[in-house]
Amino acid sequence: MTLLDINGLSVRYGDKTIVDRVSFTVDEGQWLMIIGPNGAGKSTIVNAISQGADYTGTIRYLGQDVKKYKPVDLAKQIGILAQNHHVGYSFTVAEVVRLGRYSHAPGIFAKKSNDEERLVEEALEITGLTPIVNQSVLTLSGGELQRTFLAQLFAQNPKVLILDEPTNHLDLVYQKQVFALVNEWLKGEGRAVISVVHDLSLAKAYGTSALLLNRGKTVSFGDMDSVFSQGNLESAYSMDVYAWMREMLSQWT
Amino acid sequence: MFNQRNNGEGFNALAYLLFNFILILTLILCVCVGSVNIPFTETASVIWKALTRQAVESSSYTAIILSVRLPRVLCVALTGAALSISGAAMQGLLKNPLADGSTLGVSSGASLGAVLAIAFGITIPSLPFSGTMVMAIAFAFGSLLIILSLAYKLDYSLATNTIILIGVIFSMFMSSIISLVTTFAGEKVKNITFWTMGSLAGSDYNNAILLAAALLIFGTVIACHARELNAFAIGEDNARHIGVNVKRVRLTILICVSALIGVCVSIGGTIGFVGLVTPHIVRMIFGPNHKRLLPASSFCGATFLMLADLIARTLLNPLELPIGVVTSFVGALLFIYIFYQSRRGQG
Repeated sequence: MTLLDINGLSVRYGDKTIVDRVSFTVDEGQWLMIIGPNGAGKSTIVNAISQGADYTGTIRYLGQDVKKYKPVDLAKQIGILAQNHHVGYSFTVAEVVRLGRYSHAPGIFAKKSNDEERLVEEALEITGLTPIVNQSVLTLSGGELQRTFLAQLFAQNPKVLILDEPTNHLDLVYQKQVFALVNEWLKGEGRAVISVVHDLSLAKAYGTSALLLNRGKTVSFGDMDSVFSQGNLESAYSMDVYAWMREMLSQWT
Repeated sequence: MFNQRNNGEGFNALAYLLFNFILILTLILCVCVGSVNIPFTETASVIWKALTRQAVESSSYTAIILSVRLPRVLCVALTGAALSISGAAMQGLLKNPLADGSTLGVSSGASLGAVLAIAFGITIPSLPFSGTMVMAIAFAFGSLLIILSLAYKLDYSLATNTIILIGVIFSMFMSSIISLVTTFAGEKVKNITFWTMGSLAGSDYNNAILLAAALLIFGTVIACHARELNAFAIGEDNARHIGVNVKRVRLTILICVSALIGVCVSIGGTIGFVGLVTPHIVRMIFGPNHKRLLPASSFCGATFLMLADLIARTLLNPLELPIGVVTSFVGALLFIYIFYQSRRGQG
């Protein structure tokens, strides 16, 4: 079943076209990797899906235009992990993660059920944040902050996760953990993941489909093998990606 | 007592009781003290009898308490609460600790309306309140519309930085027009100058009722958006990602804040520093969660402004200082002290 269907998506800032008529779909159980060099428009696509940028073309979730969804209803379906986080005030880790439940109980008179608290605690636990739950987010390291917002996303419990460079600021241990965690999460019913990644090895290891972009245009979209062909990567990155990867790998033998 | 509940949200009932107790104690104290000092118990008794509609002996004390000081102190408390909750909401919404009615440009817009009313003697006979009030409220709304329209025209998204930048430019523009009007105001210069420094002397019960109604309506709407304000304070993008209707919430908060500031400015003039400093101090003590920040800011703002007004009335008695001078002076010193202490604590 197709969860997200993006058709002819274009984003322009003034005269500059950042994303140019990009189309792709994400089906249930798929992990779509959006790859491409800097300035390819990867994060802008994420921004458009979250309704944070004006765009032309259509973005449909389960066949319905996302513009027709109320923000709270869309947040129940699609959750987004931003690339960077700049928190202004000293909220605790728990307060930030608990806000992930906003779309599920938006009413002012909404009482918190035990179920709500359980989901928050689970999210804190699987991201390893339980020991620092009452710590101010202003005192966290980049990796801890990234995990805090990842926990917020798990607490939000959407059907589609959109992760904009999820391993930003994360050391190797947490990179591995986060990808394993998302992979496990994906096994649930009716779920899909889209992630923007720079690390092509990670993309290759976990992705089930890929979208390769360059300067806002689609170079290739489809299954991993076809997108990751030598010709596609070379045309997008203007270098012999395969040779570079092999050279890097040879350092470890 | 002030510890958050298990779910980490608002205050418990005991904390609210304590806030109210301090507020009432301060109110009675401020009514007692003045050029004529009245015993605390007698003041409390007269106010209680008046509240419960019991017969009050007519004495000079009664007249001072009920006709002069009580309405003034009530107006001061309500103004303090309204300005502080507005400041707290703006600082959360715009994720900027320097945001305030004055940063947004609403205060200066409202001031221009009031100054024009004073300079040109604009009065509206059919309305119970003077032209100053109507003009201040109208100009506060007008300013908001201009600032938001300009911000929207610039980047089509009402980005917070754009709003603040335009607000600052708009404030400067309004100040220059106020100066221009003052220059040509002739004998009314003194009235305008004193009004712009802020004064709540001569406030009556009608003013208090209007302030209370504004605080009840707009303050409640702001308080109902505590969770959304938390999301905005973490980041506007994050607010959108978790499902907040960012455009609607932003517009609602901006309208409530400008209405509250318009009413306050029309009654008490521009009283600086309360809306900026109170939420800061409260945030340092109770944390940034708006479920605690908004009510605590109202209570602390009311208490702070009542004490500032007390100092303004009594320090150079019989000469009365403008309340804005006291709030800026005390507020700045208090702010530096608390800021320094909190930074040392963190270090």
